[in-house]
Amino acid sequence: MKLTGAEIVVQFLKDEGVECVFGYPGGAVLHIYDAFYAQEEIEHILVRHEQGAVHAADGYARATGKPGTALVTSGPGMTNAVTGIATAYMDSIPMVVISGQVSSALIGNDAFQEVDAVGISRPCVKHNFLVKDVADLASTLKKAYYLAASGRPGPVLVDIPKDVTANKTEYYYQETVKIRSYNPAEKGHSGQIKKGVELLLGARKPMIYSGGGVVLGKASEQLTAVTRLLGFPITSTLMGLGAFPGSDPQFVGMLGMHGTMEANMGMHDCDVLLAVGARFDDRVTGELSKFCPHARIIHIDIDPSSISKNVRVEIPIVGHVKPVLDEMIRMLEARKDALDPTKTREWWAQINRWRDHRCLQYATSSEVIKPQAVVEALWRATRGEAFVTSDVGQHQMWAAQYYRFDQPNRWINSGGLGTMGFGLPAALGVKRAFPDSEVVCVTGEASIQMCIQELSTAKQYDLPVKVVCLNNRYLGMVRQWQEFSYKSRYSHSYMEALPDFIKLAESYGHVGMQITQPGDVDAALEEAFAMKDRLVFMDFITDATENVYPMIEAGKGHAEMRYSPAQEMA
Amino acid sequence: MRHTIAILLENEAGALSRVAGLFSARGYNIESLTVAPTDEVSVSRLTLVTTGNDEIVEQITKQLNKLVDVIKLVELDSTEDIERELLLARVKAGSAGQRSEVKRLVDIFRGRILDVYEGGYIVELTGRGSKIDAFLEALETAQIGEVVRSGVTGIARGPKGLRI
Repeated sequence: MKLTGAEIVVQFLKDEGVECVFGYPGGAVLHIYDAFYAQEEIEHILVRHEQGAVHAADGYARATGKPGTALVTSGPGMTNAVTGIATAYMDSIPMVVISGQVSSALIGNDAFQEVDAVGISRPCVKHNFLVKDVADLASTLKKAYYLAASGRPGPVLVDIPKDVTANKTEYYYQETVKIRSYNPAEKGHSGQIKKGVELLLGARKPMIYSGGGVVLGKASEQLTAVTRLLGFPITSTLMGLGAFPGSDPQFVGMLGMHGTMEANMGMHDCDVLLAVGARFDDRVTGELSKFCPHARIIHIDIDPSSISKNVRVEIPIVGHVKPVLDEMIRMLEARKDALDPTKTREWWAQINRWRDHRCLQYATSSEVIKPQAVVEALWRATRGEAFVTSDVGQHQMWAAQYYRFDQPNRWINSGGLGTMGFGLPAALGVKRAFPDSEVVCVTGEASIQMCIQELSTAKQYDLPVKVVCLNNRYLGMVRQWQEFSYKSRYSHSYMEALPDFIKLAESYGHVGMQITQPGDVDAALEEAFAMKDRLVFMDFITDATENVYPMIEAGKGHAEMRYSPAQEMA
Repeated sequence: MRHTIAILLENEAGALSRVAGLFSARGYNIESLTVAPTDEVSVSRLTLVTTGNDEIVEQITKQLNKLVDVIKLVELDSTEDIERELLLARVKAGSAGQRSEVKRLVDIFRGRILDVYEGGYIVELTGRGSKIDAFLEALETAQIGEVVRSGVTGIARGPKGLRI
């Protein structure tokens, strides 16, 4: 049967198993929207801004591990989506963004709402397509989903001119697709894995450093098994939190700029480093010349370009993290005789001495709410089981440090691009995927205002997430850097004229709460979480002067952390 | 260090801009870039000359390989393998002495005169870039009316080629 391009889009999405699309209509996608009108299988969630659509699709993808889907119109619809696309690109999130384009005959004529979508998105997508012929539409969409989810995942944009959505062709769904120029790595090289295993078995001061690739590669179980077999300390990047249980004694906390003493000192002193699905980002390594000066490094990554990009490694293993770790487990089990915990006994004693400093301890207060205490209370209130999304800044770091994630895919934040405004729409995407789970957006009063319009989407589609706003009246991380590096010259980092968040939440049809007293934090959270079917906006008025510690400042290495004043005195 | 990379690329709209965009986005240098379709119409062949230390060039080749439109690539050995560049030049030669001097130079460099006009020649020359540089240096600056260089193309020696 012949279908129009618009009908093909919708039918393809059904055949591909897409259950929901986050989008916003406009002229160039009206045919597609008309095709959506006639069906009920795929839910369309109408956001309030295209950035929200892409972040919501992103949150959905991060929580489920399946590609998210966003649909936007041409011109401003597409440019509004760019921040979301770049966010997904930096964190390698599988996603397909379908954008409308002006009719083929108008392309290049500066038509109304025309923008070179393929050109604009090119540096921040894994790949993109302009569909010029309806006969290519279905196969292009199939390629888009295949590319988005395979290999190192990433966002793929499919730009469809309006006339292509009106033209008709025979439709059939291809189960598989092959792209001759695209062959992502699968299994790792056994010889390299063997070399890695031998190096690990001889280590006296080993560290495991795991990243977002473990979460994306659904290899949490394998990582946990390898870590348990080896008995080594393990640290994680911001993106990898939860891949190994955060409350396990082998876990030494997050590393990097705001990592723990035991993680960062462990990195500095280790003799063998096993990097798994991590990319040696600058926020992780600190000053490169001071990074892991004594370590021989093994690096498992699916993307060859991640290997030796920032740090030279001795044993690269290119492959999908899951089969690589599976093979490593088999090899380790065959070498059980060589697994000798006494080799690392001294190292663990050293790690525990660092741990005893309790570097995340902070000065508590009965006068003013400490933001860290709110995150700890949130962990208690949700038994550590919630999906937590965040925006970007101090609150993000506190959430990462104090909410101990025991499961993968639960911690959802913009790590690479650092996109303020991500948290709320991402939370809506997560809630859509897991309606029966607790979904919390930990945010700040600045970040939340960047996509606050999505409170309206939450109401329309009944997505009752909880918003935990750590309101310190400052762009907190900017203020912190200004305090440390600019002699406390707080240039344009103070927000006057904040909205009344209670009224704001209420005006969108939600529940608003303001909490000002430290003694009220637990009760407020309990009350909020008891309202299962309501979005509750909790505005915690927190200590405006609190900083995120420990911190590695610019140009410093892992062994040169700055600790909280309370710590320095201890 | 100068490196020459030969690339087989899907002959699709926008593919070239992905290669060029990669270089500008990541701050790599492009000294020259040539591209044309091959005997297989769906495939283009690029020859790209870049500069950088071994680590940078390793990153460049990895990043190029990551582009979905890149089918295959190989780094040519700039001393062993064959590189050629085409020069078309307008060379001014007014006097009889100058004309015979230019004619002689063209012969020495095994070039060809494609056009003769009053006051000069259009000259064609192929060879390694260094040969073309040498020819241009042999002319007096004032004689050079116009220089068109194709950029480098290259092929590996021996039986092993870059094919899909």
